[in-house]
Amino acid sequence: MAFKQVTSPHAHGAKSTANVMKLVVLATIPGLIALTWHFGWGSLINVVLACLTAVISEALVLKIRKRPLAFYLGDYSAVVTAVLLGLALPPLCPWWVVVIGTVFSVVIAKQLFGGLGYNPFNPAMVGYVVLLISFPVQMTTWITPLALLPEGLSHPDFIESLRLVFSSLAPVDGITGATPLDSFKHTSGLTVDQIYQQDSLFSQAMFAGVGWEWVNLGFLAGGIIMLSNRLFTWHGPVAMLATLALMSLIFWDSGSSQSPGSMMMHLFNGASMMGAFFILTDPVSSTVSNRGRLVYGALIGFLVYIIRAWGNYPDAIAFAVLLANFCAPFIDNYTLPRTYGHTDRRKATERSED
Amino acid sequence: MRQTWVTPGGVHPPENKHQSVTQPIGSLPIPEKLVVPLGQHIGAPAIACVKLGDKVLKGQKIADPAGTVSVAIHAPTSGTVSAIEARPIAHSSGIEALCIEITSDGKDQWIALQGIADFEHTTPKTLLSIITDAGIAGMGGAGFPTAVKLNPGFHRPIDTLIVNATECEPYITADDALIRERAEEIIEGIRILSHTLGNPSNILIGIEDNKPEAIQALEPHTQDTGINVVSFPTKYPSGGEKQLIYILTGKELPSGQIPADIGIVCVNIGTTYAIKRAVVEGEPLVSRVTTMTGEACEINRNYDVLIGTPVSHMLEHNKFDAEKCSRVIMGGPMMGFSLMSKDIPIVKTSNCLLAPSVEEIPHNEPAQPCIRCGMCAEACPASLLPQQLLWYSQAKDYDRLQSHNLFDCIECGACSYVCPSNIPLVQHYRSSKSDIKKAEEEKIKSAQARERFEFRQQRIEQADKEREAKRAARREAALQAKKTAAPNSAADIVAAAQARTEAKQLSPEQEQAKLERAVSSAEMRVQKAQSKLDTAVASEEPEDKIKILSAALSGAQQKLEKAKTRLAEQSN
Ligand code: SF4
Ligand code: SF4
Repeated sequence: MAFKQVTSPHAHGAKSTANVMKLVVLATIPGLIALTWHFGWGSLINVVLACLTAVISEALVLKIRKRPLAFYLGDYSAVVTAVLLGLALPPLCPWWVVVIGTVFSVVIAKQLFGGLGYNPFNPAMVGYVVLLISFPVQMTTWITPLALLPEGLSHPDFIESLRLVFSSLAPVDGITGATPLDSFKHTSGLTVDQIYQQDSLFSQAMFAGVGWEWVNLGFLAGGIIMLSNRLFTWHGPVAMLATLALMSLIFWDSGSSQSPGSMMMHLFNGASMMGAFFILTDPVSSTVSNRGRLVYGALIGFLVYIIRAWGNYPDAIAFAVLLANFCAPFIDNYTLPRTYGHTDRRKATERSED
Repeated sequence: MRQTWVTPGGVHPPENKHQSVTQPIGSLPIPEKLVVPLGQHIGAPAIACVKLGDKVLKGQKIADPAGTVSVAIHAPTSGTVSAIEARPIAHSSGIEALCIEITSDGKDQWIALQGIADFEHTTPKTLLSIITDAGIAGMGGAGFPTAVKLNPGFHRPIDTLIVNATECEPYITADDALIRERAEEIIEGIRILSHTLGNPSNILIGIEDNKPEAIQALEPHTQDTGINVVSFPTKYPSGGEKQLIYILTGKELPSGQIPADIGIVCVNIGTTYAIKRAVVEGEPLVSRVTTMTGEACEINRNYDVLIGTPVSHMLEHNKFDAEKCSRVIMGGPMMGFSLMSKDIPIVKTSNCLLAPSVEEIPHNEPAQPCIRCGMCAEACPASLLPQQLLWYSQAKDYDRLQSHNLFDCIECGACSYVCPSNIPLVQHYRSSKSDIKKAEEEKIKSAQARERFEFRQQRIEQADKEREAKRAARREAALQAKKTAAPNSAADIVAAAQARTEAKQLSPEQEQAKLERAVSSAEMRVQKAQSKLDTAVASEEPEDKIKILSAALSGAQQKLEKAKTRLAEQSN
């Protein structure tokens, strides 16, 4: 009688790609809750809308590429991309912004490059940048945090939010406003202390920016959950946050009118934590070795700071990540780990000696 | 407690060792027919020294070692040689190889055995030849002839003897059981080893801390012997030779070198037991302890199995249920290979026969794309980047594969074990490795072919010239003959023809010289092949390469024999 022939190893660990992806989605929940609490239903609607769009467009592409639907949809990677994009977009932005961004992420940035595992750029960030460049108005209209809403105004309820999103109407004045990073960037001639006193986004904050500090704490918590589940190693996020912190200490400038802002402001505003734990940890488009991830994370932290401080955009995670994606293969080339039994680290492009 | 070092990476698969150690080592009824492969070790297969129909006793030598890197093979029980032919053997690629089949007479009658009571006054050289003649090759996995390992040469002084009792693969308990029951003999074996190596200053038994009973069993026997039992945290693959060396000594084996180069000899603990039996009792290696485990068998335990016992025999006696079984594995779940058929025999390296149920080891899930999550790199004990190796394997980028140190991969399977996308990484590496080797061999071959071609070209030119010269001479002779006397009689014509053929033939002296040249060049070729094989073995080249080289050697030897006989015929 003949037995089945299989190659070793025969045993297999319990984690599956689908589970990894599901955990990533679950880890966004604290951040999503913070966003919804402080900025209303918009983010939740963004996320759901993006997920639906992602699944449908991924299914269509798979159909055209003649790939088995259930098998590839089952890896949940499209959902992860959609969730991250949905979280990054401004709450209550028009539905077509979400749809265009998601289609771009899933179809162009991922599937056209060969699908999961082959995309050189972070799909969610590609979608985000395309939107930011194409629809700057919609992309920079943020919602006023709950604590700072004028007397008598509240965030639209769920039904009203849906109506706003699908009618593409701008929300009433008063509930929209700038983000802390935005506001900080566009106030010139004031010292940091003056800004902090004048701008309620800062004056009523615990340490960084009203609402935003909670959002960032939420993503930090999600990141710690993923770290403790060993979904990724600490190298990338820690390197990025440390570099960002270091840069803002070096250029703190004791809070003069030229100062690009404090360390706390940079760490707990905008997409800092989300970027550190959810965006730059996207394994496909990042570097492969731990040393490589240190360099990669540091590079992103560095770029984020430079763009925030001296560039044209108040937040910069998306640009920084995409730029670092460009550099990833190059970083990889010089950061091979030292193999057992070798005294030197090799370069990936080294030829075998003959 | 001695200091130990921690290797990078590693995984903790469920151990599943308890099932097979609840009972002591058992024995099986003698199978009707035993199939003993001639090549159970790395190196040249042994050469059969019995004929079909010969009666043999248990322990009688049935095959001689072929050259230095080889060991003898013995009859595992008494009976009759009933076949010498190619049979499927235990090999990952399911190949057939020459085997001797012995039909048991049921008496299990030993030949007369003669051991050495006092090994301390025996020269290492004698001990080594006893070890080779007893057929002892590494019993932990690869099956490297032990005597070769124990004889590293003067330029490689040995200061550390490592006895590998790690047994890091899940399910396998053969060494564990052996230590629990026969610790005293094992220690005796280690002392013999130490003696043959000139008493190295460090003797370490490396064992994982999941075998407390075994550690306890060893302790009373190691007191005041200078032998250290070193236990360290359980992690797969601590039992890999390179990993164990690092764990116990903090030294890394430089890539491409063998342990003896850094003064270390590593021997599996099962082998030390076999050495004790061989030296003290005079008993050749005809049986080994093998773990029979897995849910598809009702009985899980260790057995003293005769070498050559068909797998089917073991399965039957342990109430094997083919319905439940997902695959039959020789070895452990991480590095073992699945067997094609039940007829494959147990050999000297078979430490485990695993018949898991489908629930235990499910059928493989289809592979998903690599998401480059890096879990494989975290798990790799050699600090490789498995995901990059996969990428370049698929792209067949051999240069990149080598710059990513593909050949330092020990094929432990830790990367595939953790891969969430179920990618059979090791399979990709194996095929890339063999592709690269093939390409290199081809390079060598084509260089040789070019040489041969040029040589032939030269010869042809030479021959042409000679022929031309002869023709000219003949013409000259004919002209001369015409001049002197016109051929007028038939006798003249015949005589002239005879003269011509004689002129064409070589003189006996010339013939002799030519054959002598042939013999000496054949000798050269044999020498070359031998030295190639030796260096390959010394640098622990992979098994298949050594097999190719030993085949080349035996080819060259045959040619030499032929040349010699022809020369002998000529001189008579
Ligand atoms: S573990 Fe598997 S999916 Fe993850 S990087 Fe390695 S090969 Fe790719
Ligand atoms: S099989 Fe090779 S690449 Fe994979 S973990 Fe083991 S040594 Fe590393």
